[in-house]
Amino acid sequence: MTDAPWRTVDRDYLSDEHRLLRRTAREFVAAEIAPHIEAWEEAGTFDRDLYKKAADVGILGAGYPEEYGGSGGDVWTQIVAWEEIARAGSGGVGASLGSIDIAIPPILAHGTEEQKRRFVPPLLAGEKIAALAITEPSGGSDVAALQTTAVRDGDDYVVNGSKTFITSGVRADLITTAVRTGGEGAHGISLLVIGGDADGLTRSEPLKKMGWLASDTAQLFFDDVRVPVADRIGEENEGFYAVMENFQMERLMLAIVAVITAEVGLEASLDYIGEREAFGRPLKGHQVIRHTLVDMATRLTAAKEYVYRVADRISRGEDQVTEISMAKLFATDTSDFVTDRAVQIFGGYGYMREYTVERLYRDSRILSIGGGTSEVMKEIVAKRIL
Amino acid sequence: MRIAVCVKQIPDPAAPYELDPETHFVVRPEDQVLDDTDRYGVEVALQLAEAAGDDASVTLVSMSPSGSLQGIRQALAMGADKAVIVDDASLRGADALTTSRVIAAAIGREGYDVVVAGTESTDGYTGVVPQQIAEVLGAPSLTFARKVEAVDGKIRIERQTQAGYDVVEAAPPVLLTVTSGAVEPRYPTFKGIMQAKQKPIDTLTCTDLGVTADNQQVITSVDPVPARQAGEIVEDEGEGHLRIVAMLEEAKVI
Repeated sequence: MTDAPWRTVDRDYLSDEHRLLRRTAREFVAAEIAPHIEAWEEAGTFDRDLYKKAADVGILGAGYPEEYGGSGGDVWTQIVAWEEIARAGSGGVGASLGSIDIAIPPILAHGTEEQKRRFVPPLLAGEKIAALAITEPSGGSDVAALQTTAVRDGDDYVVNGSKTFITSGVRADLITTAVRTGGEGAHGISLLVIGGDADGLTRSEPLKKMGWLASDTAQLFFDDVRVPVADRIGEENEGFYAVMENFQMERLMLAIVAVITAEVGLEASLDYIGEREAFGRPLKGHQVIRHTLVDMATRLTAAKEYVYRVADRISRGEDQVTEISMAKLFATDTSDFVTDRAVQIFGGYGYMREYTVERLYRDSRILSIGGGTSEVMKEIVAKRIL
Repeated sequence: MRIAVCVKQIPDPAAPYELDPETHFVVRPEDQVLDDTDRYGVEVALQLAEAAGDDASVTLVSMSPSGSLQGIRQALAMGADKAVIVDDASLRGADALTTSRVIAAAIGREGYDVVVAGTESTDGYTGVVPQQIAEVLGAPSLTFARKVEAVDGKIRIERQTQAGYDVVEAAPPVLLTVTSGAVEPRYPTFKGIMQAKQKPIDTLTCTDLGVTADNQQVITSVDPVPARQAGEIVEDEGEGHLRIVAMLEEAKVI
């Protein structure tokens, strides 16, 4: 299957070095992740030392500057790491390992040198876990309406409010948190890095989700939590722009995860239709099945070509806000379609927990919601093209 | 301690091999990977170098069409310091003895205290190259090591045997071969992979080494492995177990 159209998309973009990185990531996943997925999905979390192991091999630091403990490299370095983790077939493992990839970038983009040196190296070393906290019980997509307040008191802010659906929220040691420091709307928002051990911070039990079962997700409660002003990232009341900017890479990551989720579903289906017989011949002898597979493969290949194209432009520093919104929209729609068809092809087995396609189907569903819903993607595109 | 490691780039075993119908040589794609068995040799070399301290060096030595050098970079990414590749059109289809003479010349040119090799390559399987290199170099060979350590200025190995293992040692200069599974090869880390491109890769020809290809062996034909015979299906009508016991007795397994 290595010559399949969807498997050859990367040839136009990856260097020999990226392919070696992919090989290492694949070996790492085979040894350290794949054998444990069933147990981790069941447990609702994975062993904490996976962060350390992923850091040691350089996967956690992929694409981050070496001066802050990263592995160096570029956008493709990160993509290769994300893809191989996603290929393990557990969205939850990828989501919680990847929570640093949404929590760190605002610190690197807007933090002071002192903040970068203090916060980032322990995260990229796998010693601490980071989460990004924006969504609140009262709203997610409408970031400008967030209600968690941070009121200045001397050298501290006093934070009150709640955040929910926070990936890695159960055990995060550092939480990049969007809070309201000013008046209403987008212009009153700041970003604070809040320690997991801060007094007044409490966490819910792990939230029970449809998918991403191996990731820990929590609601966070801030009750007069004091956060030093020195832990504010960027200027006061200018956090909204940092949050928006951060979405670009989060959306690329989710689009890549969607593509690989679809790819794993498609390839599992291709294997299955060769083995399974119905009405006296293999499933792949039935035209209705053959055409379904072609639809899956075509949509996947088109999605992957487009996501890679947008990633390439992002790697060259181009503004791709419209394109990445379209890419996420299309890729997540594709993964929903492909994983849904995959379950159908597997029939009753596809509905059983022990089959990968059943997990892919559940894990896919969040991709068109998290990091900005498909509806928000459409509004972004509409504003820019209408 | 100067350590030379014999490594080979081979076509990715995950993709089917092709043989040239005329010459029976393996068709080598531009992209080749590090022979999996060599990862053990590289790991042993790195462990010996780490134990020996700062002035130890690990040099990869290989004879192959360079291609994209993916396989060599894989080994450099694990932590080797440099690579020496002998890439010469006259060596295409070189037999085991020519290969050994060429590699020995390259190792001799670099200078060495210890040569580490796998037991055999996964694409050629002659299994004699390391011992021949030792002979050409005039060094003792410690073969089939399942454990390697440097003790009191000597290299001591546990040599895997059918009955158990022998403890064998020799003072450098020495060659040793390492069995697959002897150590746990490290992953090339992301940093290691990115640093590998800065590491020197010297490409040499036969002229540089003062050797000539002199093939004594020719592959006269290649036959495919015979297809497996179909098994016998025993219908069990209450007596099936007797037939199975009889078959096991015929096969002399019970």
